[in-house]
Amino acid sequence: MNIKEHLAEDAILIGLKASSSEEVIRALGEKLRNLGFVKENFIEAALEREKNMPTGLPLGGEYNAAIPHVDIEFVNQSALGLAILKQDVVFYNMVENDQEVPCRLVIMLALDQPKSQIEMLQSVAAVLQDQETVSKLVSAETKEEIFSLLS
Amino acid sequence: MAKTVIVSCGTGIATSTVAAKAIEEACKEAGIDVITKQCKGQEIPELLKQGADLIVTTSTLRFDPGIPVVKGLAFLTGVGKDQVVQEILDHLRD
Repeated sequence: MNIKEHLAEDAILIGLKASSSEEVIRALGEKLRNLGFVKENFIEAALEREKNMPTGLPLGGEYNAAIPHVDIEFVNQSALGLAILKQDVVFYNMVENDQEVPCRLVIMLALDQPKSQIEMLQSVAAVLQDQETVSKLVSAETKEEIFSLLS
Repeated sequence: MAKTVIVSCGTGIATSTVAAKAIEEACKEAGIDVITKQCKGQEIPELLKQGADLIVTTSTLRFDPGIPVVKGLAFLTGVGKDQVVQEILDHLRD
C-alpha cells in the first residue's frame, strides 16, 4: 500500500496536544519542512488554505479526520504526515464550510504533482472509509503499530 | 457521445483525483462513456465554456453553473458513497 512508502516516520505525531487546527497544521508542517519535503512557505499556505477551503471530513463514526494540503508549488517531494490528537480538535467541513468537524486523526498531504498520486490518495481514502482502522489508529501507541495498521 | 464531468476540489490535485477515478470506474461499469476534467474551483467557469454535463465537487461552489452539481465528499469519507454514485449515473443517463 502506498501510504507506508510516503509516510515519513518522523512526521508521525502520536498523542499530539493541540487546541486548534492551526496548531496541528503547524506541528505537522514543521516536521515535513524539517525533513525537506516541503518549502518554507508551506505552513503559511496550508494555514491560509484551511481558512478558506477547510479539509475536515465527517466520517460517520466515532472519529473524524482532516486532510490539510495545498498546491504543489509549496512542495519539494511528496510525503504524508500523520497526527493522532490527544483530544478532538475542531476543523471545518470541506463541503459545508460553517460546520464544525471535531477531528482526532489528521493526515497532512504534501503532493508534488497534480493527479499523479492516485494510489497514495486512494489508500488514504480507503483508510478513512474504514472506521475500524481509524479507531485502531486513534488508539495506537507506537509508530510500529501505525505502520502495521496501514498495510 | 461521451458525457463530460467536471470534478473539482480546492486544489484540483487531491480529493478531485480520488473522485475522478471513482467516477470513471463507476461509469465504465455502468457502460457510460465519460470524460472527467479535474480542476480547482476557480477553473470551473473556463471548463464550463468547453461544455459539460455535470459537476462533482468537494468544495463549495459560490455561483450557479447552470448544470447539475453533486457533492463528492462521499468518495473520500465513504459515507453515502453508493447514493452519490447512483446520483451521478442518473444525471449522466439523461
